[in-house]
Amino acid sequence: MAHAASQDHHDDHHEAPSGFFRRWFMSTNHKDIGTLYLIFALLMFFIGGSMAMLIRAELFEPGLQLVQPYFFNELTTMHALVMIFGAIMPAFVGLGNWMIPLMVGAPDMALPRMNNMSFWLLPFAFTILLSSFFLPGGAPAGGWTMYPPLSIQGGDSIAFLIFFVHVSGISSIMGAINIIATILNMRAPGMDLLKMPIFVWTWLITAFLLIAVMPVLAGAVTMLLTDKYFGTSFFNAAGGGDPVLFQHVFWFFGHPEVYIMILPAFGIISEIIPTFSRKPLFGYKAMVYATASIAFLSFIVWAHHMFAVGLPLGAELFFMYATMLIAVPTGVKVFNWVTTMWKGSLTFETPMLFAVAFVILFTIGGFSGIMLALVPADFQYQDTYFVVAHFHYVLVTGAAFSIMAAVYYWLPKWSGNMYSERWGKIHFWLSVVSVNVLFFPQHFLGLAGMPRRIPDYNVAFADFNMISSIGGFVFGATQLIFVGVIIHCVFFAKKKATDRVWEGSKGLEWTVPSPAPHHTFAVPPVIDDSQLAHGDVTH
Amino acid sequence: MKFGGIRGRATTWAVAASALLSGSAWANPHPWQLNLTKGVTQTSHEVWDLNMASFLVCVVIGVIVFGAMIIAMFRFRKSKGAVAEKWSHSTKLELVWTIIPVLILMGLAWPATKILVRTTDTADAQMTVKVTGYQWKWRYDYVDYDGKTVKKVGFMSRLDKKSDATRQLDSGLDPKAVVDANGTNDYLLNVDHPLVVPAGVKIRFLITGGDVIHSWWVPDLGWKMDAIPGIVNAAWTKISKPGIYRGQCAELCGQDHGFMPIVVKAVPKAQFEKWLAAQESAAQLDKASRTAQADSTPGDDSQG
Repeated sequence: MAHAASQDHHDDHHEAPSGFFRRWFMSTNHKDIGTLYLIFALLMFFIGGSMAMLIRAELFEPGLQLVQPYFFNELTTMHALVMIFGAIMPAFVGLGNWMIPLMVGAPDMALPRMNNMSFWLLPFAFTILLSSFFLPGGAPAGGWTMYPPLSIQGGDSIAFLIFFVHVSGISSIMGAINIIATILNMRAPGMDLLKMPIFVWTWLITAFLLIAVMPVLAGAVTMLLTDKYFGTSFFNAAGGGDPVLFQHVFWFFGHPEVYIMILPAFGIISEIIPTFSRKPLFGYKAMVYATASIAFLSFIVWAHHMFAVGLPLGAELFFMYATMLIAVPTGVKVFNWVTTMWKGSLTFETPMLFAVAFVILFTIGGFSGIMLALVPADFQYQDTYFVVAHFHYVLVTGAAFSIMAAVYYWLPKWSGNMYSERWGKIHFWLSVVSVNVLFFPQHFLGLAGMPRRIPDYNVAFADFNMISSIGGFVFGATQLIFVGVIIHCVFFAKKKATDRVWEGSKGLEWTVPSPAPHHTFAVPPVIDDSQLAHGDVTH
Repeated sequence: MKFGGIRGRATTWAVAASALLSGSAWANPHPWQLNLTKGVTQTSHEVWDLNMASFLVCVVIGVIVFGAMIIAMFRFRKSKGAVAEKWSHSTKLELVWTIIPVLILMGLAWPATKILVRTTDTADAQMTVKVTGYQWKWRYDYVDYDGKTVKKVGFMSRLDKKSDATRQLDSGLDPKAVVDANGTNDYLLNVDHPLVVPAGVKIRFLITGGDVIHSWWVPDLGWKMDAIPGIVNAAWTKISKPGIYRGQCAELCGQDHGFMPIVVKAVPKAQFEKWLAAQESAAQLDKASRTAQADSTPGDDSQG
């Protein structure tokens, strides 16, 4: 290794290393690792998505046609784990890797070797997780929330799941440390904290959330492990333990986790809307403070996932009020985005279309969130399709749409080519229509009384399930267009991107050439406040 | 005739539409149902009102916010010659849209708190039923009624045979053919032994789990409560009118989680008392015969 290190040291070519293995497997370059994260996330999006297709196919009509109930539970469990830990989170880490150094004027991430490791843990983690399908007894089937006693009732797949959580948790924590170290130490002179792009701010706060809660999850699943294999009784009532304790610990991780999956999305949307409105973001400081308040509140609302476990009245009231409070900073964000568009000069390229859809559809998910916060009403909504609709609105039309918006927004910078605007728009319109056909009827199903996580249902629920499934199949197929657009843009597109790419774009990432060279900002840029999106926030 | 037909159809549609929105005409889920059931308890009515109030608040906010967005999208298009302004903050506006939501939320929290305080009070119940969730069936034990302990009345309640046969993978049976005596579809929503309770009586439920966590939910009663091993949760209901009310397990509990429905049969008080007395004497008889059997064949207690 010593000579390899000295070789790196004298490498002044500023080019990507030659050789496929050397470039992609041994990379310490934030851009290449960002690309790896994004490709990995896309792959997982399709693996998790194919599970969703099978789920929707079984739910197409009443009666069991395709899978046994137990396998159905494996599918719902694995779909959630793959989408949360495999698609959404790595996609945001990939975007952070690519864009944070470019946005703050740093030459790379602060800890490049750790960056390599935190990515390369993920393929191993997911090999462990996905291989559990081939175990005797099958994959974990107790839900992604792993509630005991059910989760430790099955075969040894739970041990695989726990090991997966540990490995991917280490990956997340290392990624978070890297992002914090980069943002706090590597900003170009003049890039004050309150001049940073909102995307960088949201990632900074998200990284702190990750460091705070991933160890909590690791602790919870380790207790599960010892309960199953080493005779402890943390969650075993017969041994003096408490099954509800797991839920408290799990959701102390789980609720901040929800914001880990949405704060970077807020950041992305706060970059895109000003660009295509040709107007500065409204209320920059309020956006930063709102993000911080949401992060703080996320630690004191966990029991709203557990309103029906029989909490004492005082606890129900506290968690209801705290949960409702989150609507205030979230509302501030939505109002600020709308006001940013007001009296702007709007154009609707694909990133803007996804961003506008995000604002509307995420807000619909927020509305059902307020309804769910009301404890007496939650006693009806809890564990029904109403909840399924709610979190898919915030995670699919929220988090996933923001990632798609980000990919369209920055792809020209990454690849140096313009993607096909026509096919981007086709992808958008098919997605936005089908995703609503998919998830909106699920509100009705839940209100009418259909519980979640069931493979079969009464015929009264048949019509909306069929509509939902049709929406699901179209949405799933539409994502192939997304892959097509990306491949076409990277390898075949004729139209070159300018450095600025978008007419209204502001910020350091647009001052480097397109495609962004392998090494950027080897010398810190001189910050010109007028070139920053938030250069002047003295007010 | 034709005219009447149209009017008749219109009335049907009007009834159906109002029923879709209120859910009052059906006790069970029905095709194209859009909203919560109003249910048959004071709690479920209050929850329905809260559901509608919060929904309307969301609709009003949605109309304002999305309306502003849509106006912006059409008025401030670059293609229409819109020129972007430079302003980027307004403390006054930001204060307004921080304070107004707080007030709206307080307006929602107030009734929610009131309902919650009332519904958590299980005191003064005239009857107690213990509900135990098992994989994948429910057990009901009648603990006391009208101040007296109920002796040995309890039974398991499972998915009915017809639904169970139909729900097997590739059974070839049509879920639509699983109907009750009135022709209403009860596929996966029917049991062999329903929980029989009196209408108009405050009933306390003690809810627990025998193996893993389940959740006992009948939408018409207006709540669900988790059935957790090692923990006994309390909840109550007072059903206003006799009828059959159906629900399902609402917490993932393993492979047959989707196949452990709940049926509550609320009957008039007098009828319930008759039923309970019959059950008690049957249990007595059963016990007597079993004791006799055990006496006659000492050593063989496989029946016990």
